[in-house]
Amino acid sequence: MTLAVQLTKRLSAGFALDVSFLAESGVTILFGASGSGKTTILRCVAGLARPDSGRIAIGDRTLFNGDAGVAIPVPDRRIGYVFQQLALFPHLTVADNIGYGLAGLPGPERHTRIAEAAESFRIGALLHRRPGQISGGERQRTALARALVTRPTALLLDEPLSALDYAIQLHIMDDLRRWNAERRIPILYVTHSHREAFALGERLIALEQGRILASGSPHEVLDHPAQAPLAELAGFENMFNATVTARRARTGTMQCLLAGTSTELEVPLGVTPEGGAIHVAIRAGDILLADREPVGLSARNVLAGAVVECGVHGSTVVATIDAGARFVVHLTPGGADTLGLRPGARVWLIIKTYSCRIAV
Amino acid sequence: MDWQALWLTTRLAAIVSAILLLISLPLAHWIVFARRRWTFLVESIVSLPLVLPPTVLGFYLLMAMGTRSPIGRLWNDWTGHPLAFTFEGLVVASLFYSLPFAVQPIATAFSQIDPALREASATLGASTVRTFVRIVLPLSIEGVIAGAVLSFAHTVGEFGVVLMVGGNLPGVTRTVSISIYDHVQALQYREATTTALFMLAFSFLVLLAVYGLRRRPLAAAPMA
Repeated sequence: MTLAVQLTKRLSAGFALDVSFLAESGVTILFGASGSGKTTILRCVAGLARPDSGRIAIGDRTLFNGDAGVAIPVPDRRIGYVFQQLALFPHLTVADNIGYGLAGLPGPERHTRIAEAAESFRIGALLHRRPGQISGGERQRTALARALVTRPTALLLDEPLSALDYAIQLHIMDDLRRWNAERRIPILYVTHSHREAFALGERLIALEQGRILASGSPHEVLDHPAQAPLAELAGFENMFNATVTARRARTGTMQCLLAGTSTELEVPLGVTPEGGAIHVAIRAGDILLADREPVGLSARNVLAGAVVECGVHGSTVVATIDAGARFVVHLTPGGADTLGLRPGARVWLIIKTYSCRIAV
Repeated sequence: MDWQALWLTTRLAAIVSAILLLISLPLAHWIVFARRRWTFLVESIVSLPLVLPPTVLGFYLLMAMGTRSPIGRLWNDWTGHPLAFTFEGLVVASLFYSLPFAVQPIATAFSQIDPALREASATLGASTVRTFVRIVLPLSIEGVIAGAVLSFAHTVGEFGVVLMVGGNLPGVTRTVSISIYDHVQALQYREATTTALFMLAFSFLVLLAVYGLRRRPLAAAPMA
């Protein structure tokens, strides 16, 4: 089953949504900053919002066709929707929430289906509780079971896991994948978190201002972001404006000068001509630190600098280093101890050419 | 104590609040959820009796019920007697007079329901009617009860409109408030005092019921 979406819609934010994509069976991530139009796409597919024009179809069943004036009403679409705030019915028990979409079924079959779905999502013991009496993760599981028990032809998830901690997210997504292994429906998963995107998606569509920036596997799109806004979203802590000073086609590299500094970096060769402007993006975890000047390295970028500040966030030490430009570096507490990192300490930054991503 | 007037008033208020409930549920649903460009016009018309002097409302209703108006004539041809100065006429007048007291608490309760709940219900295949019965009504039941209670109480207490379209016919249109007025006019203060005290206690009990209900949010109710 394939979900085919092609739609335009003017948004109140002042730009227009204009997208076209196919979502095959499995999880497709819709990735972008808030306000990029992700949720509106889901609402249009579910029928809760009406596109200005376009066509939405699941398999050979047309849900919306602007030219032909076709718009299947929401209750007849058979599209599962898990809302950001879950929208569980507060006055109904978990069992009644799950069974809500099974009104047409005879009692015994209804019970079997509810029990099955509850079992798949590990909430079989909570059937008589109300949503106010269970945990956030359990509410999430109830919302998934409620949407999936009706056997929808596609599932739409609007940042459903963002409020939960990472381990629970992964656990719930595993259960969702297991459920979908035999049913093979397309799942659209909206998120602005690059971590969720990496962990959950088989394919990823990156959106900005209502348009598709890039699509492909999460690693293709997010590890090699072609545009600066995407690099920022993809979690590159270091982003620099830079100018290309020399191109070396023979070694597949180019030299660039970070704006407002005298710091030069060697980066992979791009299409930008000498003198052209680029963005250089480097993950904080991809930078090595040394307490004396290193020799005999393959890495092409070795910069001398001084520690500006240094703090512990969870199990990561986050250090800010001034090496002409300011770099954020992540390292383990053990690594930080070995180096004796403290504000003012002299350090050398080691950055591999291919840890520098370039974006325009 | 004028028992006849009390029984008549109770009957009137019960019939009026029952009919108003049937009218107000779909009307409030339309006002809150359909939201057309001219919804505000309907809201204003519904609320008009709140600000209109009862005598003005009563005057227009009396005109409409007279045999010279098409509505009055239609009623007369259908039933064989005019609508004004009858119990039925009183019911019709009270429906207009108490309408905002039923619609407003219900509309307020509807508008406090998270829109995502109705959307979730629709994505799960439920029609508008089923969504109303299973989601909207249970979650706004306090507002619906408040609307019924307030429209009942307001009908019990009306005076100006009754005087205009109903007059003062014992057993037909003489309500409790008219009866009190009558007693005072006739200098029968003892009768007026008992009836007035009864009305005071009744009104206070109604408010206790309405505010007491609002204190208990349904979502936090203990599990069944």
